[in-house]
This record gives sequence, C-alpha cells and structure tokens, in this order.
Amino acid sequence: MPYIANTPEQQTEMLRAIGTDLEGLFADIPSALRCAGLKVASGLPEQDVRRRMAVVADRNRADLVGFLGGGFYDHFVPAAVSAIVSRSEFATSYTPYQPEISQGVLQAIYEYQSAICRLTGMEVSNASLYDGGTALYEAIMMALRVTGRRRVVVDDSVSPIYRTMVRTYTRNLGIELVETSSRIGLADREALARVINDQTAAVAVQNPNFFGCLDDFSDVAELAHRHGALLIASAYPVSLGIVKTPGAMGADLVVGEGQSLGMPLSFGGPYLGFMAARKEHVRKMPGRIAGRTVDAQGRQGFVLTLQAREQHIRREKATSNICTNQGLCALTALVFMSLLGKQGFRELALSCAEKASYAAQRLQAIPEVRMRFGKRWFFNEFVLELPVAADRVIRRLLEKGFAAGFPLGRYYPHMEKSLLVAVTEKRTKEEIDLFAHTLEVSL
Amino acid sequence: MRVIFDKSVPGRIGVRPSRQTGCPPPHIEPKLLREQPAALPELSEMDVVRHFTGLSRRNFGLDLGFYPLGSCTMKYNPKLNERVAALPGFAELHPLLPQLPTGERLVQGALAVLHDMDRLLSEICGMAAFTLQPLAGAHGELTGVMMIAAYHKERGNRKTTLLIPDSAHGTNPASAAIAGYEVRAIPSDADGRMDVAALKDALDASVAGLMMTNPNTLGLFEPRVREIADLVHSVDGLMYYDGANLNPLLGRCRPGDMGFDLVHINLHKTFSTPHGGGGPGAGPVGVSAKLVDFLPVSLVKERPDGSFFLDYDCPKSIGYIAPFYGNFGIVLRAYAYLLSLGKEGLLRVSEHATLNANYLKERLKPFYDLPKPGVCKHECVFSAKRQVVHGVHALDLAKALIDRGFHPPTVYFPITIPEAIMIEPTETESKETLDAFIEAMIEIAKLAETNPEEIVSCPKTTVVGRLDETRAARQPDLASLD
Repeated sequence: MPYIANTPEQQTEMLRAIGTDLEGLFADIPSALRCAGLKVASGLPEQDVRRRMAVVADRNRADLVGFLGGGFYDHFVPAAVSAIVSRSEFATSYTPYQPEISQGVLQAIYEYQSAICRLTGMEVSNASLYDGGTALYEAIMMALRVTGRRRVVVDDSVSPIYRTMVRTYTRNLGIELVETSSRIGLADREALARVINDQTAAVAVQNPNFFGCLDDFSDVAELAHRHGALLIASAYPVSLGIVKTPGAMGADLVVGEGQSLGMPLSFGGPYLGFMAARKEHVRKMPGRIAGRTVDAQGRQGFVLTLQAREQHIRREKATSNICTNQGLCALTALVFMSLLGKQGFRELALSCAEKASYAAQRLQAIPEVRMRFGKRWFFNEFVLELPVAADRVIRRLLEKGFAAGFPLGRYYPHMEKSLLVAVTEKRTKEEIDLFAHTLEVSL
Repeated sequence: MRVIFDKSVPGRIGVRPSRQTGCPPPHIEPKLLREQPAALPELSEMDVVRHFTGLSRRNFGLDLGFYPLGSCTMKYNPKLNERVAALPGFAELHPLLPQLPTGERLVQGALAVLHDMDRLLSEICGMAAFTLQPLAGAHGELTGVMMIAAYHKERGNRKTTLLIPDSAHGTNPASAAIAGYEVRAIPSDADGRMDVAALKDALDASVAGLMMTNPNTLGLFEPRVREIADLVHSVDGLMYYDGANLNPLLGRCRPGDMGFDLVHINLHKTFSTPHGGGGPGAGPVGVSAKLVDFLPVSLVKERPDGSFFLDYDCPKSIGYIAPFYGNFGIVLRAYAYLLSLGKEGLLRVSEHATLNANYLKERLKPFYDLPKPGVCKHECVFSAKRQVVHGVHALDLAKALIDRGFHPPTVYFPITIPEAIMIEPTETESKETLDAFIEAMIEIAKLAETNPEEIVSCPKTTVVGRLDETRAARQPDLASLD
C-alpha cells in the first residue's frame, strides 16, 4: 500500500501490544455512522499517475505567448529559486512552533520581512498573507481597528478582483464601503476629496493601478491623514525596482500580490499576500511575525513574536483568524529578491519597463489603435483602445498562439474596446514585433 | 548565522535579468521613480545558495525525522506530487485565461482536475459539493461561516451566536468572530466528549450553528454526534465540521453521514501536501445540498459533452473569496495523492493512523498521565502532571525530545488539559520509529524523576538554546532596515 510502512506482522504485533483487534480500534464509531464503501477508483502506481497527469496537463494551453497580466505576471524564475525552495528542510516543516529547531525558517521569515520593508519603504512586515486580495481585506480590517471607524474608500482603479473579494468579506460587518470612479486612468482627486471625511478609516489605492498607470499618492496620503484616515497602497513588487515606494508617498499600510517574486502562475495559486506597515501599528497587524532575540548565552536567534494578537492565544479576540499562511511562498520571494539583489532587481524592473515601452510604441503605430489613457505614465502594462471589441481581437490572436491581454470590458462595462496589455522581461523583441504584426492583420 | 543583508558586498550580483538590445530606455516622469534602488542584498548566486542551504541545516523537517505534532497530521509528503504540480501545463497556466473569449477551451485539463477533486472530496466526506477556493484551513472556516450567515439571512433567521467546544482549535472562535458572530463555548464532560447537557442549555433561537471536530482535539470520537446534530438542527442551526482531524475516518465514516452541513478539510494535513514551514495549504469547503447555492463564485461544472466550464451565475453565492480557483498547485498535489491511494489506500490510512496512535498511547500510558483513557483515533493526549511535581513541564519534555532527534508533539493544547502533550504519529511512520520515540519518552520520564535538571536545561544540541521571548516582544526587532 502506498506510503504505509508497517508490515502485516508488525501490525499484528502492535495490535497485541494494544490488546485489541482491528475492529476494536474503531469500536467507538457507532455502526449507524459507518460508511459502507466509497465510490472511489482503485489506487494507481506512481508511473501511471505521472502518465495520466501529463496527459491532463497537455489539455491546457500554457504555451501561449503571453501579454496577459491583470496583476498576475509571467516572470522568469532563476533555477536557483526552486533548487533552494524545494529543500525538504524548508518544504516539509510545520509552522515554526519550536524555535530551537526552526531557526532556518524563522531567520528566513525575518529576512523576508526585512526585504519587504526595504522594497516598500516601510518599517514592519508580517510573515505573509494568502494573496493580494485577502491582504487588502486584512489591511482594511486593520485600519478599522487602528482608527475605530467603519468607513472605507476604495478607488475603482484598484484591481476589480480584489474589490469583489473585499465586498464579500465586509458584507455582514456594518462597514461602509465607498468606491470612487477613476478619471482618465488615475484616481480622481476631486472625487476622493468629496468622500474622505472624519469618519473614514482608510483610503485604498493601487500603484501601478489595474490599468497599469503610475501615480504618486503623496497628496492622497496627506488628504487621508488630515482626516485621521490611513492610506492603504496595494503595490506590484517588481515595479518597486524603479518606482517610487508607497512608504515615500506616505502610505500607512502597504499590501500586494507577491506572485511576481518567483512564483509560477499555476492557474491562480499558491501565491503570496504581503503586508507592511509603520511601526506604530504593528500590534494591530494580522498574521505571524518573526523577531530577533537572544538565548541565555547571548547567541542571536529568531522567534515568532507579538503572538498576543493571534488566534491560538486570543481565540475570538484575535486580530485575524489566520494560522497557516504562505510560508514557502514568502521564502520563494526572499530567495528571488536575494538572487537578483540590489542591482539585478532594478534591472528587472527596467527590463520590463523597456520592453513594455517598446511594445506600446509598436502597437500604437497600428492604424486606428491608440493608447486609451494618452500620455499617462505606465510601468509594464497599458491599455490599448482598439477600433473593434477587444474580445474579437483576443479570439483571433488566440488562434495564432498569443494571449493578447485582458479585455477590460469584463469589469468596466464602458471599456469593451479596451485591451490591457502586459509585457514582462520574458517577452523578446521578436515576439513583440510578431505580436504587433499579428494584431494589425487581425483587426 | 548572520542575516543575509549583513553578507552583502557592494557591486556583487547574483542573477542578471535578460535585457533587450534595441529597446529604448523607458520614459517615466522622475517624480514617479524611487530615488535609490531597494537595498536588497548584493551577493553572488553561490553566496545565496550557501546562505539558504546553511539556513536549511538549521531547520527540522519531516524528511529528517519523526514529527508527531498533534492536530497537524505531519504525514510523509510524496515526491511524486511535487513533480505533478511542476508540469509546465499546470505551472505556467495563467489564471485569467478562462475569462478570455473561448478561454475555457484553453484550460480543460485544469478544470477537469478541479471538477474531479470536487467529486472525490464530496464522496469521501459525504457532501453534495465542494469549493476548492479557500486558501488555508482557517480561510475555509471563514468561508463556511459566511455561508452559514447567508443561509440564515435567506431564511430570515436572526442568529447571532456560534457554539464552539472549549477544546476547539483557536481558529474556530477567531473565524466566527471575524464573520460577525458571538462565540459561546460548550464545555467537555468528564470523558472528554462534548457535554450534551450543557449543549442543550446553550441552545436557543439565537444559535446559528455549532463548529466541531470529530474526533475531537483529544483524539476521541464523539459517538453522540448524530444526537448533537439533531439538537442543533432543531433550532435551525447548522453543523460545521472542522476537518483537521479527518485522517482516522477516511473511507470509514463521513461527516455528511454524521449530520454535518459544512466541512472544511486541510489538504496540507489529511491529503499529504507539504506544509512549507507555515503554508501554503488549502482548505476546501464541502456543503450539504441545502447550502450548495451559497458556495463562492465560481463553480466548475461539466457539460453533457464532457467538457468543463466555470459557472459565474450564482445569484445566492456569498461572492468571491479568492482571486481565482484556490491554491491550484496544492489541489494538484492532493489530487495526485488521491489517485495513488484509491479506495483501498484511504482505508489503510485511517487504519494505520489509528493503530499507530493507540500503540503509542498504550506503550506510554505507564509513564505519563493519560487524562482520558480508552481507544483513541489519530492522536492521543497526555499530561505532564506526573513530571510537574519534579519541576519538569510539558515544554521541558518537548525540548528534551529535540535533543534526542525528534520533533516534539504539540504542547499546551488542547487548553482543557493542563500540561497537555498531544501526539499524532500519522500512518506513514513505522513501528521502529514509534519504538525509538517511545524509548526516548520513557527515558525522559525516568530522568524527570531522577535528574530533572538534565531535562529543564534542554535543548543542548541545537544551534541556539531557549530564546528570550519576552525580550522579543518587549523590544521588537522585526526587520533589518537599511
């Protein structure tokens, strides 16, 4: 039997030691509750499982040349990332409850927290959350705890995927969720000024936003702070290789999707939610946090700390219910950032921006195709306005082997002709040229 | 070991990203750019590999030895499952593809896995349907509690309270509270089971439901679970099953047949996916027929022609709880595991998980206080009561086990047992491993009587001794900042 070590002889011996038979081990389950037999197929040998799953995997089109982003990006993952992360000392350990034999994971969490702080320009980070959407929800809940208020403003240039999630989680909690409409691709300052008031707990924005546009939210942070509200910024970590940090803009909480830091797209997960904050708010943070301390001999060591916030101590009074988070994904992000390093990470961002800028140039040269948001600055994703419905173009390009981008009409009903195009460092100039040519002849 | 930032050498670079010649430099307004590059470490690829290999050697994992952490089901994580999840057809699949026109055609393999997994888990748990979206066990709990709220809202019920046994995992009350419910604790009786009389007293019209595990956190099966379910249903409450302890029931007994309306399971426990030092896991939620309409958007469905599609037309749904379809890579691993086990394999899991736990319990009973005797399921809970009189506490026993090469059991949980030592061996461990652990536990018990100082000064073999947690909390050093 797969993954069972005891032999029948050992089983007999063990039952004798217990003083029962097999039936006796389950005598406490009333017969009315026993299951007659599952309708499940028989098990398969490893080779057969491999073959079968390879066939299933081949029924997916993971080979398309991808210009699809929408917050989830096809970045190159260096070989050393998986070599390190797949080490079973990391992969097969539990949450580090016994620090003396978990220094590897605990130090890695501390280093991850440090890297996230350095990347975002913030002072503290937690050990990870599930994904960018739940991270935004947790940040909103945290802002409610910090301010004691119930009103939250979210701009509609924040990922619609995250906004629908936030709506689900806050529905029954008596939270007033106000959405502002962006204007020509950016958060509308006048609209924000109209709705931010002294009851507002937080204002949530995103940079680059869902349309790929870059913004500087320093003025929004000031406006929020004037009313005693927090600024929550959702960020795309790779962009922070060159883009101004949310910390420098005055954000109080920074969250985001960390998938781009070395995780495969993997049809939606596992990904990584990250959260960073200003030091003063750390005791209101959700999730695990590692800290540096010493043992009796003065040797440096790491522990999970500030646990009085957490569910296993505080139960219904905890700051969050989170227990298992995305430990190995946080390690992946740390290894990815360490391999690229200070210079490489900047170059990665530059490479994305260069190729995107080249692609934008090529694509807007096509007759009747223009940049929807004119001269707005972008990082590696931008919106093309097509002469026909984006769906039509996407369908034609799929036939030619391209995932052309995301049709914004899915979430923004007045944008049927808008195509959100993402370019990462993985796309070559040749692919971009061929993409532009194919798009032109498909119109 | 020095933190990685302290090893940085200015100008050194590990992996250089691909740059294209012929692309002009990007033109972005300077005020939108950062002034200095992020102060990430500057190291060669080998420096980085050595740093993390060094860290890995300071960490205990399941592949190194016995990991009997109660309530966590640290069973072997088959390597096959990692290979399956890494197949490019899965790993490189963009989650937004199905939202493109004709996009479903591009992901039929992935949808087939999700659909089949839904069917398999539904059959194993006796439920009508599963959502695979919840990203961890506690996330599954929150999803389940939100469905409970949606059910009562539709029926016009005014429900404010969830009942939770005092021995429950901390996530249960936390999830209930986060979803807006008050929590009322139900005590255990002298046998360690739920006190049904106390449950009757606590039941009133305000009760939205009851969250429980079975077997409970003491490893004991609750034989009166049907009666409990009938009581909760009598006030139109719903029964929520925390699947952390499902392992000893596989193929033998199903939560649906016990009267549960909602179930979450932990793929990183019962279904062998690696825990990763704190995730990623996955917490699929199954529901009975009366709750199917409230499942999160979207649902994977099959057409008569055998193709699969994502159904977004779910008007009563609680909404979107995850960005896409869950931790797909984790679901894949669990799916490969189920294909390997099959019907017979599932029965062997529950059989050997229960056998191993009872064997440990019987062999250790003469040396440690066993508060609730009798047959257990996947785990047994001792108390360090007898050792405490010598000044040796559960934590000290745990540290002594570390010096003997074992990961300690869970200690101080469940909170209803003072000085609890909660041991879950799982089915994948052999009798030799259990015997070695038993010998170590017996030696420690004897030492606790004859030379308690030896125990309280453990661990001595580790890279650090017991760490100053008070200092960590009072003078927090949470990041190395530039």
